[in-house]
Amino acid sequence: MALKMVKGSIDRMFDKNLQDLVRGIRNHKEDEAKYISQCIDEIKQELKQDNIAVKANAVCKLTYLQMLGYDISWAAFNIIEVMSASKFTFKRVGYLAASQCFHEGTDVIMLTTNQIRKDLSSPSQYDTGVALTGLSCFVTPDLARDLANDIMTLMSHTKPYIRKKAVLIMYKVFLKYPESLRPAFPRLKEKLEDPDPGVQSAAVNVICELARRNPKNYLSLAPLFFKLMTSSTNNWVLIKIIKLFGALTPLEPRLGKKLIEPLTNLIHSTSAMSLLYECVNTVIAVLISLSSGMPNHSASIQLCVQKLRILIEDSDQNLKYLGLLAMSKILKTHPKSVQSHKDLILQCLDDKDESIRLRALDLLYGMVSKKNLMEIVKKLMTHVDKAEGTTYRDELLTKIIDICSQSNYQHITNFEWYISILVELTRLEGTRHGHLIAAQMLDVAIRVKAIRKFAVSQMSALLDSAHLVASSTQRNGICEVLYAAAWICGEFSEHLQGPQQTLEAMLRPKVTTLPGHIQAVYVQNVVKLYASILQQKEQAADTEAAQEVTQLLVERLPQFVQSADLEVQERASCILQLVKHVQKLQAKGVPVAEEVSALFAGELNPVAPKAQKKVPVPEGLDLDAWINEPPSDSESEDEKPKAIFHEEEPRHARRRQPEEDEEELARRREARKQEQANNPFYIKSSPSPQKRYQDAPGVEHIPVVQIDLSVPLKVPGLPMSDQYVKLEEQRRHRQRLEKDKKRKKKEKGKRRHSSLPTESDEDIAPAQRVDIVTEEMPENALPSDEDDKDPNDPYRALDIDLDKPLADSEKLPIQKHRNAETVKSPEKEGTPGVEKKSKKPKKKEKKPKEREREKKDKKEELAVSTVAPAKDEVEELKREEPEDEEDNMDRDQEKKSSRHKKKKHRKEKEERPRDKKKAKKKQAAPLENGATEEEEPIPPMSSYCLLAENSYVKVTYDIQASLQKDSQVTVSVILENKSNSFLKNMELNVLDSLNTKMARPEGSSVHDGVPVPFQLPPGVSNEAQFVFTIQSIVMAQKLKGTLSFIAKDDDGATHEKLDFRLHFSCSSYLITTPCYSDAFAKLLESGDLSMNSIKVDGISISFQNLLAKICFHHHFSVVERVDSCASMYSRSIQGHHVCLLVKKGENSVSVDGKCSDATLLSSLLEEMKTTLAQC
Amino acid sequence: MIQAILVFNNHGKPRLVRFYQRFPEEIQQQIVRETFHLVLKRDDNICNFLEGGSLIGGADYKLIYRHYATLYFVFCVDSSESELGILDLIQVFVETLDKCFENVCELDLIFHMDKGGLSAAPARAVSAVKNMNLPEIPRNINIGDLNIKVPNLSQFV
Repeated sequence: MALKMVKGSIDRMFDKNLQDLVRGIRNHKEDEAKYISQCIDEIKQELKQDNIAVKANAVCKLTYLQMLGYDISWAAFNIIEVMSASKFTFKRVGYLAASQCFHEGTDVIMLTTNQIRKDLSSPSQYDTGVALTGLSCFVTPDLARDLANDIMTLMSHTKPYIRKKAVLIMYKVFLKYPESLRPAFPRLKEKLEDPDPGVQSAAVNVICELARRNPKNYLSLAPLFFKLMTSSTNNWVLIKIIKLFGALTPLEPRLGKKLIEPLTNLIHSTSAMSLLYECVNTVIAVLISLSSGMPNHSASIQLCVQKLRILIEDSDQNLKYLGLLAMSKILKTHPKSVQSHKDLILQCLDDKDESIRLRALDLLYGMVSKKNLMEIVKKLMTHVDKAEGTTYRDELLTKIIDICSQSNYQHITNFEWYISILVELTRLEGTRHGHLIAAQMLDVAIRVKAIRKFAVSQMSALLDSAHLVASSTQRNGICEVLYAAAWICGEFSEHLQGPQQTLEAMLRPKVTTLPGHIQAVYVQNVVKLYASILQQKEQAADTEAAQEVTQLLVERLPQFVQSADLEVQERASCILQLVKHVQKLQAKGVPVAEEVSALFAGELNPVAPKAQKKVPVPEGLDLDAWINEPPSDSESEDEKPKAIFHEEEPRHARRRQPEEDEEELARRREARKQEQANNPFYIKSSPSPQKRYQDAPGVEHIPVVQIDLSVPLKVPGLPMSDQYVKLEEQRRHRQRLEKDKKRKKKEKGKRRHSSLPTESDEDIAPAQRVDIVTEEMPENALPSDEDDKDPNDPYRALDIDLDKPLADSEKLPIQKHRNAETVKSPEKEGTPGVEKKSKKPKKKEKKPKEREREKKDKKEELAVSTVAPAKDEVEELKREEPEDEEDNMDRDQEKKSSRHKKKKHRKEKEERPRDKKKAKKKQAAPLENGATEEEEPIPPMSSYCLLAENSYVKVTYDIQASLQKDSQVTVSVILENKSNSFLKNMELNVLDSLNTKMARPEGSSVHDGVPVPFQLPPGVSNEAQFVFTIQSIVMAQKLKGTLSFIAKDDDGATHEKLDFRLHFSCSSYLITTPCYSDAFAKLLESGDLSMNSIKVDGISISFQNLLAKICFHHHFSVVERVDSCASMYSRSIQGHHVCLLVKKGENSVSVDGKCSDATLLSSLLEEMKTTLAQC
Repeated sequence: MIQAILVFNNHGKPRLVRFYQRFPEEIQQQIVRETFHLVLKRDDNICNFLEGGSLIGGADYKLIYRHYATLYFVFCVDSSESELGILDLIQVFVETLDKCFENVCELDLIFHMDKGGLSAAPARAVSAVKNMNLPEIPRNINIGDLNIKVPNLSQFV
């Protein structure tokens, strides 16, 4: 074995450590992957070794590889092994690896529960700290449920370092286990006033984060936060609080009013930009939430805008960016105050920083008015030309369109200008937003009737120069505009100046290189053009020209018939047949124009986007019902095979019979209607079909605004929007003159009904009007009720009312052996709620009110239990007498006297529900102590025993040892104030012995006491911890000590003392350590353990309970149990092994012990004897 | 809340990667890569904020970064964090590293990644590293070529 050890350590010398790995990776730049896979193989070997140092090193390397993107989840179990190492440096590596790679899907994560719990309760704050930090990254709902209570206890830890970590991690626990929020909230709230600033701001952070998701539940905390805001000087905390108020104000306008003043004071006084910025942000939020009834409303806004201007003017890009960001918030509600800073924002458009330019663009959106729109867009257009990089240019393009089209083209006074802007935008190279421009063109042309003539002329020019657009930009989306151009020219062909020319442009061979859907539109609109040309020619009685046009179509259409795109092919062949038919008719001299143009008669009305969805289902119509009987399966199967060539036949048929009658035309019209309805590019027709035909010739009833004649309607070549800017200025000027001269009432009809123009804009009347302001909606449209809430939102579960009092059922699940602390006084016993409460070490946050409520509950329960039938009581009394004995083993023994019997039966009644509850609890949280895993109920036990008591205070204590510190134990002392006085200046002093010394703060002498870090109000208890150093642990020790304190009540303060003897038993140096039976056997075989034994008579309790007692009081764990014989194991903090063999006879128990130290063993057995004698 | 802390060098090699939200390793690497390409394009004298977009969590998130010598420090935070505060936090973080390793440089992070990882760890969850580390951090550390443009918060007590 020794040889193996040596060999292992020699191997270790050649292991790579992390540094070597990193160096190796750097030296293997060419074959990095190969090198790493080789390293991973080595790591796998290292992980197989028993040496924990080797494992830790391996896990450390894995963590690095994880960062480089390698999956290390296969090593999860090894990571857990390293986490449970006793040395801090290893443990830290383990937790780091776990926090990097564990997640909810990691199946071994459930193995960590007990390890984490052990680390959380470790006396070393760094162990606790590293466990908390790690846990925050991989906490799962199960871990959160099991550990919530432990973490909650840590929130009251004496070390601020632990407290703040515990507070922070509670947020993660809340997220994973929302039930814990309500029980933990009072303590969290208390931490807002923690003396340590770090803990305080941690609590603020957690509550802010909670409140941000569900603000309404935290409104009641507003006064507390208000106090903090006015008193705190910590800027980090202030920022958080101010941000929180920003979230709360929309819910409570009164809060906003109160906030304005302190916030403005802060704005004036602070020198920290970050705080200033957040204040401004919150003031904005307040102002948004307030109705305009505030008197100094505009002053605050003015202040904010001023401060933001300073930020924007700053040379620091970050401040500039944030200033613009905040400005855009003001813009939504107070556009006027921002508009006055237009100069500044336009200046930002020239900034070299793209983020800032984008922010400035956002602002422009809200700043435009009728007056400045043209100017701003002109500026933007110059930026478009200058912009390098397509993303920014695309962004500019969308912004221009957004700005212009916002709220129904509210700011556009001259649509000719807008169309020319759109046409100019088509000349952009490489933009992705062709479809956006196209949509705008269509929208404007359809909705602004007065502009159609102009639009059509522009679009035909665009079609003429289509080769420019299409050639250079085939790959990207700009050719989309041709779609719009073709459609507009076709649909509004009556406005076309030279239809013939446009028709030819649309039939150029080059067109076939366009994307299919655009060709399809071309084909369709060629016919529309054709129809209108026919009509013109026939009216002019120019039959020759009409036939020429038909001939042109017959010649050119086949190029589309050959198209690879099905849609194009179908439309083209269909239309080709139609045209051929027309040609025949023309040859016979029949006038056909009427009929052809009837194909496209009718007006298309824009419909609101959601109109279709909102059509109410008429009464009595069941959409799910079958209209006809569903066809039987067999029938449809018979017919299917025939359908294979189905598609071809009709086409041939059509070719063979070009002569079709009226019926065919009607059918096609119907098909066209159908097609339009299904074509998303078509603007859907109105749901009332009769409308379509009724206003076919009814152009005269459309109110058309007179267009100023000085505006040239046809601009040769491509338009320059600048011309329109000038023209528009002239128009406005003239308008103003006219107005001044006439001074008559304004023409109301010219104003749009959608939105009220702002006062300053009022005198500018638009040159054209947007025709349909509110798009058509079906009558009695259903109101939409969309629920935006995402059911999967993790924060939704935290929407919990925190002001409701806690119900008993809401307490956190508590691990059992910790709870087993005995209840404090007899009258408290048995109420489930109280029981749980008292199991945790009492904390000062437990409010008198809460206690009262508990007492009340208790009384009610007692009342119920005494009503039970008397007969049963007697029987139970007899039957359960023996078990009752052990119940009384704890500290309330002194109280059982004359009232004994009465109390006993009461207790029994209460005992049962408690047991049941315990059994349930056991299932929920498996215990680490083997002895308690069985079904049989085990009486409650407490490791806390009485230290001293007087009329003021009752002191109980427990000694905890830890493996990490071999000569140190921690004594937890619970102080309970039993009097009506306020206890303060408590100090604990102990007379040190040579062997055992109390750890005192540096610089104090051995005679100084150690102050207790809290004060006790009446009726409150709290726990303090003291560290003792011990040299030898083989003998039990008793130390004399004194607790001194000042008791203060209404009559005055008295100085009191309480003497005690602190008993350090040998058992308290033992640490429950699990041991496998084979290792146990080896240990016994080794033969270097000394032996001793005891025997105790008169034992009546069950063996199960007996083992539980030994496990609990003496920190042993059961190795194996056979009938009424068990082997047990424990280990001292200094590494002594202790093995026990416990045998139960008829009425006696014998304990044989083996231990590496004879003195320790005999001391232990003595202690055990005392414990057993009490049974 | 801080969603992630990424530290990588001028070549995009990750030096410290910490996610407070579970992402599979491939996605983590992808995020690091994309973030790197985003910040690499940016000059040193333009603003330090980036809209996160589709990277992590969507529009509510921002990338806030600082560039020191050969390292980029990128924090991904949501809207509950103060942008300027995070910039200061990065400064505090770098100063902490500097204190731990004396004149921190890129190699320190690689060679002591166990420590580096942990000193980032307190920054977890609700980002209270600022609160946690503050009392322990001397304010007058002189870090070579750090140029601090953001005005410091007035005091840290």
